[in-house]
Amino acid sequence: MAIKYTQAVIEHFTHPQNVGELENPDASATEGSPACGDMVTFTIKVNPDTHVIEDVKFRSYGCASNIATASMATVLSKGKTIEEVKNFHPKVIAEKLGGLPAIKMHCSVLAVNGLKAAIKQWEIAHGLAEEEEIVCNEQTIRQLLKGVINPETGRSIVSMGMVNYIQIDGGRVFVEINMQDTDEMYAENIREEVEEKLQSMKCIQQVIVRILDRNKFELKETNDAAVKEKSVEPSGNGAGGI
Amino acid sequence: MPERLIYFDNNDTTPMLEPVLQAMLPYYTEHYGNPASLHQLGLEAEEAVSQARTTIAGFLGAKPEELIFTGSATEANNLAILGAAYAAPDHKRHLITSKIEHSAVLNPMKRLEKEGFRVTYLDVDGQGFVSPDNLKKAMTPETLLVSIVHGNHEIGTVQDLKDLGAVCRERGVLFHTDAAQSFSKVPLNVVEDLVDLASINAHKMHGPKGVGALYVRSGVRIRKILEGAPQENNMRPGTENVPAIVGFAEAARIAFANLAADARHMATIRDRLIDQLLEIPHSHLNGPRDHRRLPSNADITFKYIEGEAILMHLSMRGVCVSSGSACSSKSLTPSNVLTAIGLKHEDAHGSIRFSFSKLNTAEEVDIAAQKVREVVELLRSMTAFVPGIHSETEGAGEGFYKKKKDEF
Repeated sequence: MAIKYTQAVIEHFTHPQNVGELENPDASATEGSPACGDMVTFTIKVNPDTHVIEDVKFRSYGCASNIATASMATVLSKGKTIEEVKNFHPKVIAEKLGGLPAIKMHCSVLAVNGLKAAIKQWEIAHGLAEEEEIVCNEQTIRQLLKGVINPETGRSIVSMGMVNYIQIDGGRVFVEINMQDTDEMYAENIREEVEEKLQSMKCIQQVIVRILDRNKFELKETNDAAVKEKSVEPSGNGAGGI
Repeated sequence: MPERLIYFDNNDTTPMLEPVLQAMLPYYTEHYGNPASLHQLGLEAEEAVSQARTTIAGFLGAKPEELIFTGSATEANNLAILGAAYAAPDHKRHLITSKIEHSAVLNPMKRLEKEGFRVTYLDVDGQGFVSPDNLKKAMTPETLLVSIVHGNHEIGTVQDLKDLGAVCRERGVLFHTDAAQSFSKVPLNVVEDLVDLASINAHKMHGPKGVGALYVRSGVRIRKILEGAPQENNMRPGTENVPAIVGFAEAARIAFANLAADARHMATIRDRLIDQLLEIPHSHLNGPRDHRRLPSNADITFKYIEGEAILMHLSMRGVCVSSGSACSSKSLTPSNVLTAIGLKHEDAHGSIRFSFSKLNTAEEVDIAAQKVREVVELLRSMTAFVPGIHSETEGAGEGFYKKKKDEF
């Protein structure tokens, strides 16, 4: 399947702006994971008086649109205040690049989230924000699951309404996903991603994922491996492998 | 733009040869008859199809009447798998395949599962081989068909069909093989290899797209999957694609005239590229490295970077390849073949397939290898992947990244 990129995407892919990392950055953050095939790291320098992002650089592990969106994110945020950047919408990056294929829209989300995470780190370091103790409730889990992408559409499983319900019982969390019209061949992939995302939360020891097909039958693939004990202690943003 | 294109994606498709096109052209204009017609134009067309059938069947070691022309190898796989399942007696409800099959085999299997059949997906070893012992163990009295790919489309593994076929023959189970990649590259004789059904096509050997064939051993019962007029021995309705069938036979004739020498040439080129690319640090070959690999295929993982980005950079430098990365497919999942041979997702994402035809040269290999080195270095210089942090790996953190880090 040939993927068509705009001239602007190609330009930022072949000549990315602000590549690398700042020496002695004021803050940095990584978003994504190697297992998912895309990951981006931002380093920033922020003026403590004006809150202006005076410099920003990125590193990327990912496809052409991952590189291009991260490059565009640095271009758009340099010289802006952190308050302005915190209001960035991923769509703006996609628009500035003349559009992205639907399946690649999540790259712009990754870039914006990465920048925002770096800003958050800066705010914490400057006493402007507190390290959020992520509490295990339905809302935070749903928020986290927004990062799980339906491979067929490139959209989040949350925005597609694929998360039926979330149940929390101490350190155990139970998630039911419906596949709707998504090809069942992606069920296993979605299950893995949900598990990986949730296992990154400190408060969760065990993740149970049930996946239903459109007729509400449990899919065969998830029967034997539905329960996975948390084995390693990955911390940060999805930096644990699979 | 690059001055000259280097095409290393011949496992996807190949350029058609001029003599093949010339053989086809009269069947669009002059001899345009329908083989079903009774007048002289129809007879001409029928004669052309019949000659092509004899030619291609001969190269498989089959009889002409055992060959059914289809629109593609995909269609041939569907006809073999669905056709065998639907023709089987009621108590035969189980099929066996492997985890490294092409979607043209896996998806008909998935359909059958939804229709109430059971399917076993056999594991393969680290080089992609199916073990005859595992196959034997998976057999049940209900098993009706085994389908195992001959030459794998992604990692080039060539199965020993005879060993697998013997297990099937002994149990009275049908044995199908998808030979789309291997036909005309490595020897295949349906009689000696104990194959009951085999799918082949034309466009992987410099023939036209849109034509394939299914070998069905005489005496084997399958049910047709399309309804219409009784063409192709009443197994595949629809007017025969006469020019493409003629082109198929011409391409096969040319390929088999020089089979051994062409295979040697491709293997030489393949090994030249593999040798050069494995000199790049943190790279490894996927699939076997001996005579059990398709001469046309090399598949290499470049760690810590992502395949689509490699592919795009190579494309801009005039080198056409493909990738097992999730990002280079329409969906976001990595290749089932690479994960089946035990690759971690992040390694599957960084894999590139180089595939050759007899038209490629050693000079092209040297140019391409240099461009690959450039691209890998460029992408690694900017990767966010930190070995040792994002994966437990050799030389954790001591590799290229730290070095590059100091340069910034």
